[in-house]
Amino acid sequence: MSGATFTLNGRSVPFKLGQSILDAARDNGVHIPTLCYLKGLAPSGACRICLVEVKGARSLMAACSTPVAPEMDVATETPRVHEARRLNTELLLAAGRHDCLLCEANGDCGLQELAYRYKVDGSSFPKRDDFHPVEDINPFIVRDFSRCILCGRCVQACNQLVVNRAISHGYRGKGSKIVTGGDTPYHQSDCVFCGQCLEVCPTGALTEKKLRGQGRPWETKRIRTTCPYCGVGCQMWLYVKDNRIVKVTAVEGAAPNDGRLCVKGRFGYDFIYSEERLKTPLIRENGHFREASWDEALNLVASKFGEVIEKHGPDAIAGVSCARSINEDSYQMQKLFRAVFKTNNIDHCART
Amino acid sequence: MTNSFAEFAKAKMIFVIGSNMTEAHPVAASFVKQAVLAGAPLFVADPRRTALADMAEQHIPIRVGSDVAFLNGLMSVLITEDLYDKAYVESRCNGFEELRTKVLEYPPERAAEISGVSAETIRTVARRLASVKPVMLMYTLGITEHTCGVNNVLSCANLQMLLGNVGFECGGVNPLRGQNNVQGACDMGALPNVFPGYQRVDNAEARAKFEKAWGVTSLPDKPGIMIPQMLEGLASGKIKAFYIFGENLANTEPDIRHVEHCLESAEFIVCHDIFPTETTRFAHVIFPAAAWSENDGTFTNSERRISRVRTASPPPGEAKPNWWIFREIARRMGHMWPSKSAREIWDNEVSVLAPSMAGVKYNRIRGNGLQWPVPHEEHPGTPTLHKHRFTSGLGKLVPVEWTPPAEVPDSKYPLVLSTGRRLYHYHTRTQTGRAAGLNDLLSEETADISPLDAAELGIGHGEMIRVASRRGEVKVKANVSDRIPKGVVWMAFHFREACANWLTNPVFDPVSQTAEYKACAVRIEKT
Ligand code: SF4
Ligand code: SF4
Ligand code: SF4
Ligand code: FES
Repeated sequence: MSGATFTLNGRSVPFKLGQSILDAARDNGVHIPTLCYLKGLAPSGACRICLVEVKGARSLMAACSTPVAPEMDVATETPRVHEARRLNTELLLAAGRHDCLLCEANGDCGLQELAYRYKVDGSSFPKRDDFHPVEDINPFIVRDFSRCILCGRCVQACNQLVVNRAISHGYRGKGSKIVTGGDTPYHQSDCVFCGQCLEVCPTGALTEKKLRGQGRPWETKRIRTTCPYCGVGCQMWLYVKDNRIVKVTAVEGAAPNDGRLCVKGRFGYDFIYSEERLKTPLIRENGHFREASWDEALNLVASKFGEVIEKHGPDAIAGVSCARSINEDSYQMQKLFRAVFKTNNIDHCART
Repeated sequence: MTNSFAEFAKAKMIFVIGSNMTEAHPVAASFVKQAVLAGAPLFVADPRRTALADMAEQHIPIRVGSDVAFLNGLMSVLITEDLYDKAYVESRCNGFEELRTKVLEYPPERAAEISGVSAETIRTVARRLASVKPVMLMYTLGITEHTCGVNNVLSCANLQMLLGNVGFECGGVNPLRGQNNVQGACDMGALPNVFPGYQRVDNAEARAKFEKAWGVTSLPDKPGIMIPQMLEGLASGKIKAFYIFGENLANTEPDIRHVEHCLESAEFIVCHDIFPTETTRFAHVIFPAAAWSENDGTFTNSERRISRVRTASPPPGEAKPNWWIFREIARRMGHMWPSKSAREIWDNEVSVLAPSMAGVKYNRIRGNGLQWPVPHEEHPGTPTLHKHRFTSGLGKLVPVEWTPPAEVPDSKYPLVLSTGRRLYHYHTRTQTGRAAGLNDLLSEETADISPLDAAELGIGHGEMIRVASRRGEVKVKANVSDRIPKGVVWMAFHFREACANWLTNPVFDPVSQTAEYKACAVRIEKT
């Protein structure tokens, strides 16, 4: 059934069978705003922000969960659509405490963007202040329920993407809350701190604890790199402010990790800033280490190796390379051993 | 890995053996779990009931160190019940007759006796594995860290070839590499027998090539020694000078007391590191190195994917990139190396010298990087190995005999100690111990024991116990868990005081020289 078309904002455009209005529109360069939709997973239809007008349908349709039918006539930017999105945004804003000034998500928030776009601030509805208290005691993730719009993305990501099954929708009505089993804090639950919930949360309901006060999204530079821990080799973005990593996220859609990280990759980056780092060459003298210049230390090592080779032959030297460091370092080390020392006594812990 | 992570989530059936993936490779595990949600049956063979086993169609709790017997048992069923892929074996493998003879010595009843799982289970699992094609097999250090590690690996390969599963998307034999760049360090020739790109040092042509490239003569033609012999050499005085780049051998090698004795015996030790460690205590000179994120370079992951590592912050103090330190030593010994950056090292040396990486240049390692082999610069990389035919011609089926671990329980040391990694830390915590928050989630080592053993010895959950082996003993908290089978103690090596390596046995696979971290005999008692 290739060649099927539908009408999108008055234009006849192609779509793939089974595609949602949202995906078909994106493929054709038309952006429909969303909050709860998570690419690759079944749409939950929770936020009603992606509403569009379908000719002949009585009510507006959620673009994320409505499949395109051939000859369908869809309009994404009508006054009726705008009014509905405006109203829904207004309701979401009013249902929470969205004081963007103090929010870590300021500048990187789906709700804030919609408020700006549809020019609403939630003031036409009564405000609430009966929120579940903020969870600030687990080491990595701040859960601020007053900023939670109950879009359910975190629940979907936790259960369907990383399949850790640590959180779900809990309670009802005004008391609704995303909960762990038994509504305990994250660190007393099945949560394994992969931070996938954090990664997908469109608002400031879930934020990195380590990021607090460290930098606004627009102040940071984003650098792509590879995780330093296990052999999966996850691709990550480092958010760097003043030469310092302040946050790490997964690279969406990248191989091999497809937008995921684990606790070590996401939160284990700041060891490099430890005060205990070695900062100068050290030479041991009478059982103690003293600081030395590079020249002194390098000369000592070169002459000592030269001496050993002369006295005992090159095979009296052995070396272990590092399975954590970059390829180029290992290359250099084996080259030093083979080409300069003239021994093949080079290994690394290839087996752990 | 013969295949790629992207295939995990699409797999039709998955067989995981000796891999606690949810803790050691969490993101890889997420793909496996997704495959299960999408309907792929999962089989997990592991002495412990791991988190992944909770999602399995069947958890097969084989005894520690019985892998070959269990796998041979599966293969004997496949052959006697005529369930193996005859066409595949005939056209793409050799050695079938020899394999057949060997595995038929392991009928399910015998395999059951050794592995502790029932003959019926072995039959069922074999039939299930033969019912879907392809099955994707993954393993980790539970397979390799044994005195029979190489045989374990061969058995996994035998099984997958017999089932006709190698060379297809969502199939293959997939070892998840432990550390981020183990694959890369091997690829770069940080091994005693090969130059970069696995070109053998005892091959005259290879030597001539590297002599020319490096502008030297008479490169050594005799393969060198591996870590265990290096340590022995230090103790015996054969090795005088020892160069340790990054590794924390004093915590990671089996039998810490012995390792420290070896290190103490060295005449001269040089270390590169980013932190003082238990190992740098033995150094005569320590060079401060730039860490991850403090210099540019590349890592190569388990699926042979070469990705970029980029600079985010400058190194502290006078710390320098490791490649620079090696270059400076070479210079002071009369060798001027032209490459002045990681990029130049890669582009002008590695990719020129290693044919499997000839097509990898820094300007091509953008985005998702490239999976070697990449023979030329137009080549897109190789996500799946051995498609259509084995890289080396025919797939070799190799008959292997089961051998028990070097040290098995006896009346004095009646339990098996098996070791590994936990989710919240990495190795000796040199890094994770200094990342804020991780210590809060896991602040001490525990000895994980079964409720049955705990009850027998009157040990309560959280109680301090003594774990002793012939090498040493540690005091550690007992973690009584029904994920541990009776007779097994499980520990990690993240914390110095209760590090499992005070206890582990320094015995090694004769070929790979991998230590038997997964099995030694211990005794536990209340303190
Ligand atoms: S951190 Fe990971 S495991 Fe924990 S709730 Fe979030 S998604 Fe689930
Ligand atoms: S915490 Fe975030 S992702 Fe989860 S429901 Fe609330 S707003 Fe949505
Ligand atoms: S983020 Fe986790 S799974 Fe990914 S490479 Fe790093 S340690 Fe491995
Ligand atoms: S994005 Fe469609 S309902 Fe939320």
